[in-house]
Amino acid sequence: MADLLGVQNVETFYGPIMALRGVSMKVREGQVLALLGANGAGKSTLLKTISGTMVPEKGRVEFQGKSIEGTPPHQVARLGIAQVPEGREVFPLLTTEQNLHMGGYRRTRAEVAESLQRVFALFPALYAKRTSQAGYLSGGQQQMLAIGRAMMSAPRLMLLDEPSLGLSPQLVGEIAETIVKLNRDESVTIMLVEQNARMALDVADYGYVLENGRIVMEDTSSSLRDATDIKEFYLGMKEQGVRGRRRWKQRKTWR
Amino acid sequence: MDGAQFLQVLIVGLSQGCVYGLIALGFVLIYKATEVVNFAQGDLMMIGMFVAFTFLNVLGMPYWLGLVCTCASMALIGALLERALIRPMIGEPTFAVLMLTVGLGFILRSFASSVWGADPKAIHNPFSGEVLTFGDVSLGFENIAVMVGTAMLCIALGLYFRYARIGVSMQAASQNQLAAVLVGISVNRITSLAWALSAGIAGFAGVMLAPVSLIDPQVGFIGIKAFAAAIIGGLGSLPGALIAGIAIGVIEQFAQIALPTGLATASPYLVMLIMLIVRPSGLFASVQRKKV
Repeated sequence: MADLLGVQNVETFYGPIMALRGVSMKVREGQVLALLGANGAGKSTLLKTISGTMVPEKGRVEFQGKSIEGTPPHQVARLGIAQVPEGREVFPLLTTEQNLHMGGYRRTRAEVAESLQRVFALFPALYAKRTSQAGYLSGGQQQMLAIGRAMMSAPRLMLLDEPSLGLSPQLVGEIAETIVKLNRDESVTIMLVEQNARMALDVADYGYVLENGRIVMEDTSSSLRDATDIKEFYLGMKEQGVRGRRRWKQRKTWR
Repeated sequence: MDGAQFLQVLIVGLSQGCVYGLIALGFVLIYKATEVVNFAQGDLMMIGMFVAFTFLNVLGMPYWLGLVCTCASMALIGALLERALIRPMIGEPTFAVLMLTVGLGFILRSFASSVWGADPKAIHNPFSGEVLTFGDVSLGFENIAVMVGTAMLCIALGLYFRYARIGVSMQAASQNQLAAVLVGISVNRITSLAWALSAGIAGFAGVMLAPVSLIDPQVGFIGIKAFAAAIIGGLGSLPGALIAGIAIGVIEQFAQIALPTGLATASPYLVMLIMLIVRPSGLFASVQRKKV
């Protein structure tokens, strides 16, 4: 499989604060890639750097072999990278259908109609709500709308930023299924940022762990699931009966 | 006041209000796109009147062609102003941009008086002097024309914002800029378009106002009344701006009959003050909180 996206030694700043400290990673064509990490680790920053809403100070971002760092975000979107931002960010006063139409902003009427069918087939709940204002949809429906809107541009790569945020366990399951379907049936390559590591590792093929702006671990998701550190810190599993092994008390960082 | 007189005052008020409403639309369009109030909006209308004067009186164009040409050239002027003055100010404090539009107003006024002269002018139009008489009521044809013209423009705008893809994308960009950028909408282009549209509407308002008012460089000050209307309508609502503009026009006409002269002039602002106290978000504020 070829590399769809490559990130090399990227450093991104929020004012004086260095959020990414030289991150290198790649996404292969057809992959579901999970990006794990705690709050403030730099996961969202990495997505924003890829989608062009933040410009890296150093380093390169390559999409399909072309360098895209510093390209304005609306042009990155047109290249085939669709970001589903954290917190859904639908257009609250437009109807569900208008929201979806905006997703296919740069495409012809026929292509939009075809994608619309696919989105409604994947999310029947959205079809039922197609004429209501997006601001009045439930959180889960808004998340589906945000994903649907990203699908409308027929992207090569979809960047999902915390799709499970604030959703009930059942809805998280539905979102996970959707991600698998998107990848399998629509052949969209997916880069998934999650705090819910269990869900992310269930759907992903490969994963990176980001800590304090650096990649500290990368492996296939099955190996990551078995790694002790991941189990302890992200999946909340701890071996029973072992006293004094709470390593995080002694070591503030682990790499 | 008998019924006929009442009706006449009402019609004059409505037509005056349509002009306020049109200028208020311009305020709201630019505010929605850029969160900046363009205080030169009234002066753009004034420039529109002079442009119309040039097309109709100097070049001798037919009225309708002149109207179209005025709107088109004003739209172009609006887009150029945005490109030259507003875009370099992206990222600067809102207040700085606001002051820039105030300064732009001064520049436009002195530009107009140096190019076209300070003495009042009138444009040729097919309406002036024509009177429609229904029994006791006689209505100026130009007043009717203003109302019909405004209604048609508003229907066109309504269709544009509801059905045209670019119109919907303007709404989208004003509701959620980040999401708009992420679906591939160029926000710069939307801002240019908002300025073009708003200046084009100002040109239209100028042509509508011209038959009932003389043209001079100070006429743009009615933009302040239109600003009051935009506030009353809930800065951010297009229908609100139009309705509040019409209301202000009507209130002003009746106040001129019922109230002492000074109070009548102040009536639009009194309405605005009362509105800000009673319902600070305006008549038709969209129920949407801004995320910080």
